[in-house]
Amino acid sequence: MARNKTILYSLILAFSIVAPFVFPNFGTQLATLWLMIIVALTWDMTGGQMGYNSLGNIFFYGTGMYVAAVIAIGLVYDVGDYTNAAGGGIYKFTDLEYFGGMALGILGAGLFCSVCAIVIGSLTFGLRGPYFAIGTLGVAIATGELVSNWDWVGGGQGIALPVYPGDLDTGKIYFYFLFAAIGISVFIFVKWLYGTRFGAAINAIRDDEEKADAMGIHTLRYKLYTWAMAAFFVGMAGGVSAFQLIHFEPLESAYQTINLGIFMVVCVLLGGKGTLWGPVVGAILFHLFKEVTWNYLLGWQWVALGALIVVTVVYFQDGVMGWLMHKRPQWFGIRIEEKIAGEAE
Amino acid sequence: MDQILGNIGLLFEFPVVNLKIILDGIMIGALFALAAYGLALVWGVMNVKNLAQGDFVISGGYVSWWLVQHGFPALLGVPVAFVVMWGIGWVIYKLVISRVIERDLFTSLLATFGLAIMMAQILNLMFGSDTQSVDLGYDTLYFFDGFIDVPIAKLIGVVMAMSLAAGVIIFMKSSRMGQAIRATAQDSRAARVMGIDTEKVYAFTFSLNSAICGAAGAIIVMVWLVQPFYGISYSIRAFVIVTAAGLGNLPGVIAAGLGIGALEQYGAHIFGIGYQQAVAVMLLLLILLYRLIQQRRNRQVLK
Repeated sequence: MARNKTILYSLILAFSIVAPFVFPNFGTQLATLWLMIIVALTWDMTGGQMGYNSLGNIFFYGTGMYVAAVIAIGLVYDVGDYTNAAGGGIYKFTDLEYFGGMALGILGAGLFCSVCAIVIGSLTFGLRGPYFAIGTLGVAIATGELVSNWDWVGGGQGIALPVYPGDLDTGKIYFYFLFAAIGISVFIFVKWLYGTRFGAAINAIRDDEEKADAMGIHTLRYKLYTWAMAAFFVGMAGGVSAFQLIHFEPLESAYQTINLGIFMVVCVLLGGKGTLWGPVVGAILFHLFKEVTWNYLLGWQWVALGALIVVTVVYFQDGVMGWLMHKRPQWFGIRIEEKIAGEAE
Repeated sequence: MDQILGNIGLLFEFPVVNLKIILDGIMIGALFALAAYGLALVWGVMNVKNLAQGDFVISGGYVSWWLVQHGFPALLGVPVAFVVMWGIGWVIYKLVISRVIERDLFTSLLATFGLAIMMAQILNLMFGSDTQSVDLGYDTLYFFDGFIDVPIAKLIGVVMAMSLAAGVIIFMKSSRMGQAIRATAQDSRAARVMGIDTEKVYAFTFSLNSAICGAAGAIIVMVWLVQPFYGISYSIRAFVIVTAAGLGNLPGVIAAGLGIGALEQYGAHIFGIGYQQAVAVMLLLLILLYRLIQQRRNRQVLK
């Protein structure tokens, strides 16, 4: 069993490494797939494992974009002047400035988003269930609207970052591996985390927060730490996105509440909430569905997507992993049913 | 910052401006209140939080606009939108909503979010993404040397909104179905025991909500404009109002609707029109925060 798992993991890892070289035409789509996996896995940390369904995780993505961009530009030039000149083309970045700014920007974005998560979380974690969802959605929408009125970061026009200095194809592969690296770290991290005492504690919060509190778990602290960890990864992914997209603006690409903000939730529900592999499987299925409809159902793709959301939520809420767990419990090491059947005989 | 202070100064220099803002706010708030009342009804009776509320409103507006395009009088749009949206609401109830009632609240929130995306896109594909409105062709009244302009169309809209609200209130108070709805909201199990067909009540309530929204949309298309993607802003305002007023509190919903309409106009005046949406969302957050603090005093959480 353990050997099988090692082989499976190595196969997946090997495939992720060769994928951009085997399918060079799909470089950007594959990078986006990793982004979906990252946001789905991190959404599941609070949504699936802790029972707090946030609709506002997109806030960290957008904020990550802006923080990374502001840091990368701010290290070399004055941000206000830079955004004022939007597309003037007089601002040049050397390779060192570009890559140094990117590294610091992405890291800074992650850290800043963690701090944001702690601040926002300490205000909103008193809200439960749907109120938490609406409250966090409100935070994301409000921030998007405020940023689009903030001229220092380019207002509604957004920011245009410098282009990757190498040639276009290397750039695509470079960003693919940045996303893949973050994605793999997230997966390893959550896999480890769910096995620890911490994972047990956040599961206890999901199952019954009052009892968990009564058992001596400092629930607010656990909730804040979990969200901060999720925010760290989403913020970094946002930072990478900012450099990959080159130009982004607040409402459609950074704080895209109804696109990525809702997609991540659908990915998790499609794959199976509260499971390790669910978000990954869901993200892959969802991304495939999205790319296919975007290519073959032009005009109707959003209707198809809305229908997918409704159908997933209403008819198929356990997701792929939940369905498998029900059909093939032995794959997950669950043997309860067999034992009960044996005793009955 | 100077501009904001200047705008605030303007309010004190010319008190008439306040009157105009409040009037505008009340007119807009009356329509928000209708959508919010529908939301409160569905929320209270079947515990479904409908994020597609705004898209029902916009759909109603398009029904009315379509009628006018085909040569029907504009005022006919309100009753027709009411009936058409009743039917659409019933279909949506049977297909989707009836299956999420028993589930947890996040399910209904997400399912209706998916619905909202679908409806907005279908409207976009059918009617295009331009803003549309219906011109009633009435004059505009001027008061205070032209400081305050009140288009007669807006007055008609407010009167229609008020009569619609009054009709719904009377219906809920006195009709047999209204009693059944209120009984189901209080305790659905007890209602079932007493012989009320709750399934029918749910279907009726959701259709009624959709119809109210549709009629509100038909009024909105006469006094402002509609666009396929405007739905979400009406949904947000409906949530602001219901969160502020609480469920099952009709006078509260109307008062909150009018108040939020006025507050939003003040926000738009002081910070600039670009902040109007932000002001509405910030109000939602402030109200949530206020209720949170209120609850925390009793060592409770907002569920």
